[in-house]
Amino acid sequence: MALVVSLLFLGSILSFPIVKRFGARGFLPGSALLLISAVWLLTKISQIKQFGYVKETYSWIPEIGLNLSFYADPLRLSFATLTLVAGAIILFYSGWYFDKKDESRARFSSLFISFAAAMLGLVLADNLYLFFVFWEATTVLSFLLIGHKYKIRASRSASIQALVVTTFGGLAMLVGIVLLHISTGQTLISTLFRFDLEVSGLAIVAIFLVLLGALTKSAIFPFHFWLPDAMAAPTPVSAYLHAAAMVKAGILLVIYLTPAAASFPGYTVTLVILGAITMLWGGYRSLNQYDLKLMMAHSTVSQLGMLMMLLAIPHDAVRQAGLLLTFAHAVSKAPLFLIVGIIDHHFGTRDIRELSMVGRRYPLLAIAGVGAAGSLAGLMPLIGFLAKESALNSLLSYSGSSTIVMFTLIAFIVGSALTAAYMTRFVLGSFSKKNDVPPTPTSRKSSSLLLVAPLTFVSIALAAGFLSTFLEPWAAAMSGSTETTLKLGLWHGFSVELQITLAVLIVGILLGMLSLRLKSIRSQRFENISFSHGYWRLTHTFDLVAVRVTAIAQRGSLPWYLGIILAVVIATQVLTETAFELPQMTFLQHPAEVPIAILIVLASIRAAQSTTRFKSVVLVGVTGYALVALFVMLGAPDLAITQALVETMTLITFILVIRKLPIKIVSNMKIVPKLVRIIISIAAAVIIGALAAVSLAARQAPKISDAFAELAYKFGHGLNIVNVTLVDIRAWDTMGELSVVVAAATGVASLIFIVSRGDNLPKMSRKDARSRVQKQLMRVLDPEDETRKSEWLLAGNTLQPQRRSIILEVVVRLIFHALMLLSIYLLLVGHNAPGGGFAGGLVAGLALSARYLAGGRHELGATTVIDAGRLLGVGLLLATVTALTPLFFGEAALTSRWLEINLGFLGQLDLGTSTIFDIGVYAVVVGLALDVLRSLGAQIDENEENRLEEQPEVQSR
Amino acid sequence: MMSVVLLIAMVVMYASGFYLMMDRSLTRILLGFILAGNATNLLIFMMSGSFGKAPIVGNDDTRDYSDPLPQAFILTAIVITFGITAFILALMYRSWFLDKANEDTVLVDEEDKEIALTTETITLEEVLDTEVEQSHEFQDSDSETDSAV
Repeated sequence: MALVVSLLFLGSILSFPIVKRFGARGFLPGSALLLISAVWLLTKISQIKQFGYVKETYSWIPEIGLNLSFYADPLRLSFATLTLVAGAIILFYSGWYFDKKDESRARFSSLFISFAAAMLGLVLADNLYLFFVFWEATTVLSFLLIGHKYKIRASRSASIQALVVTTFGGLAMLVGIVLLHISTGQTLISTLFRFDLEVSGLAIVAIFLVLLGALTKSAIFPFHFWLPDAMAAPTPVSAYLHAAAMVKAGILLVIYLTPAAASFPGYTVTLVILGAITMLWGGYRSLNQYDLKLMMAHSTVSQLGMLMMLLAIPHDAVRQAGLLLTFAHAVSKAPLFLIVGIIDHHFGTRDIRELSMVGRRYPLLAIAGVGAAGSLAGLMPLIGFLAKESALNSLLSYSGSSTIVMFTLIAFIVGSALTAAYMTRFVLGSFSKKNDVPPTPTSRKSSSLLLVAPLTFVSIALAAGFLSTFLEPWAAAMSGSTETTLKLGLWHGFSVELQITLAVLIVGILLGMLSLRLKSIRSQRFENISFSHGYWRLTHTFDLVAVRVTAIAQRGSLPWYLGIILAVVIATQVLTETAFELPQMTFLQHPAEVPIAILIVLASIRAAQSTTRFKSVVLVGVTGYALVALFVMLGAPDLAITQALVETMTLITFILVIRKLPIKIVSNMKIVPKLVRIIISIAAAVIIGALAAVSLAARQAPKISDAFAELAYKFGHGLNIVNVTLVDIRAWDTMGELSVVVAAATGVASLIFIVSRGDNLPKMSRKDARSRVQKQLMRVLDPEDETRKSEWLLAGNTLQPQRRSIILEVVVRLIFHALMLLSIYLLLVGHNAPGGGFAGGLVAGLALSARYLAGGRHELGATTVIDAGRLLGVGLLLATVTALTPLFFGEAALTSRWLEINLGFLGQLDLGTSTIFDIGVYAVVVGLALDVLRSLGAQIDENEENRLEEQPEVQSR
Repeated sequence: MMSVVLLIAMVVMYASGFYLMMDRSLTRILLGFILAGNATNLLIFMMSGSFGKAPIVGNDDTRDYSDPLPQAFILTAIVITFGITAFILALMYRSWFLDKANEDTVLVDEEDKEIALTTETITLEEVLDTEVEQSHEFQDSDSETDSAV
């Protein structure tokens, strides 16, 4: 059985190219596939007759009780056959239904076969979870089929509505399934629902949740509204999904449930009452429609209500009659839809006010229509008559036993009369000659092959009417009972049932004729009180609330967003705060903390108040340098070095940019008032302080870093624990950081250079610069030369004389190489003493800044031998190679290896891979510094120069 | 053990940082970011619990060292903060360069503001029976499409 389902899914994929290539004839293989599947399943009959069932199980996720279990007994086999045969006939019909030019045919065929496969899976699935999977698959596929004509708004909205309603039920059902699984420990439908379930609180909740799924799927009040709206789908879809397949899933579920859950309080009553309401309301609405398709849609709703009502009654005879009626409905409703499709196709309208003289010109269609309508209404000798009569018979025989059956009987009789009435309306409305309407013109030639499908269905309905001897044991087998309870037959004498049927038919036909005389009550007010409208109000309100909340939260203002984020932090912390333990507080741990803290406090507050750029930058810098002092005092030399270097670099970078910007900061803040900002920021800061205190007090385990000293020395071959942590113990963190730094540097360069990284900008080569200096020095030696100005730097004379500072040039000339040496020293000793790649790289970066500040952009260009981009790339490459190489030797990434070289009297040199990693870090940091100088320094200079050249009047000012 | 003095310094730095960040001027936002970054570094540093000698293996008892792990974190954070600072500075220059009148002000995102005005168009519309009736299945392909939502 799993094989058939999978083959069908495969076939659905194949059918796409086939239909694309062969058009209408391309539907035939799909149709044949469905039919062959049905035949193959029917070959299992002998086995089922012998054992009562066939089943197969494939393990999928046994841990959660989800297995591919399939099970076929007479009930499931019948439903499977219905699904496949009806699918085959309707797919055949679809081939000639769609326009030749219609490009969406291939998609339709593919989705249709998929749907049939999902439906087959749903019918045959035995595992509850597998059942749910197929259930949701039909939901999704029906969404796609209903929204087939996605260019039409009504079609889109209807498909979404169907999806939302049925998924809502489906999810409720999933919860129910899980609860059932928990409360019973069973996952197989065939064993779970065979006997009465034990009534318990959990089981009751579970059953009603599962019922919610059935009610939504089968469009039972109050979820009935999605089905008529879903008529926006192409007619073959309506015929299949909403007459034969999809809505029957809910019915099937109730068939499963009733024997096991009928003893649950409220089960039968709920279903009977909801079914009766659905039936009456649907019938009433159907009688008020002019559109044939909507008439059919409401009639389906009505019929589903009737079936639900019957199948909820826990008496075997009623159940058997209900099962029979389910199949009778399928073979009658499907052709009715198909006939409506033909009328629409042929005459271009479905409005009964415009249709006239259809029957006389299209006799075969009229015969099929009358047959199908008659079967649904319960006319002799069609299957509908047998089913209705058996239902009446069984209800009559039990009506004395309980009020609920009595109620069902009365509702059933009224519902049958309504059925006869709207079927009369359908037949007369579509086929009769109307005196005041001219004969409807044919708008399009339709293939006579279209008639095959409805005629086939009607023939089945007719043939079944004479096969009562076969139907009796079949209904019994489906119901799972051993004795045939139903006494089917076209003639039992002039019995009570027949009298009721006749009365019902007469009343119904009169009512139907009357309905055509009266003007329908279909005002806007009527629509406004419908559940469809209620659903729309509900979802619309959700949408509106979501949009409004978004509109309030998203004002497009950055201060507002930050304010909201901080306010949420404050609120969640304040609301969730419970009793906590304060840590051991001490006023201070080191006397130096007091002046440092005072410095920080004053500088921060002043920085927040300051309105000039330069002042604020310096004040913020002060807090950074204060941290340097703190790090020195509290045993963190590496941090102190790095922080000091970065603080200097930051200051330089800031100045490079804000030199171009106005001195005063203009900030007009309207959206968040100043007081609010102050309150929010203080509250958030205090919360963080409290969290810090609490989390420090909450520490229970020993520090992870207690082992770092030994790790660093034994495995990292280094004495400086912080450095070994960076390049070895936690080198992954550093890897991540390097990527961020490279990204930031690239971001800086691309924001300023825009087009390219600017590595290829023409620059003075070192050779040129050197020869110029040489010439200059020669001139210096020459006492005769008037231009006896010394060149201390490579490109010193490119600056305008008034912007040069000889002292600066001299100092830079003297310290540059020393700084570069220092940077390499820091890099190499970092493993054992304060320093390392970060500190070394920053020192080199500062040395370069000095060259730039003293000699301008040409100086920077002449100084650097490698482009910033290459430096960054090389650095990242070194780090990555170091990280990945151990993988090739079967070790974890970033495992460090050591080479111990004995250098005789010089001592022992430990050369490790982590040193290469640190060199990578060094290169990335230098690259970042260089990128900053090139972009924010040199390129901004050039922009400025270009601007001044373009606007000479500015220069003269 | 937690030093109250340092805690106060941290809280003040955070408060000033947050205050500056809730501003329209990118300069002040960036300064606020740096202050908050410094405060965070201090927070991580305080998580060491107790402080002692520099964590460099030598003759001292390892129990006297300051905790090296927070230090490694902070070292990473310092350099990243510099990278981000440089990036935001480049952004500042760029926004000033393109629109000198607004200096480095972060303007209101007009598209965000429009959300409130487009409520009706981004919610689904109701399906009416009349509309289902009028959705004919066979029409010229031109008239079959209606305006997209």
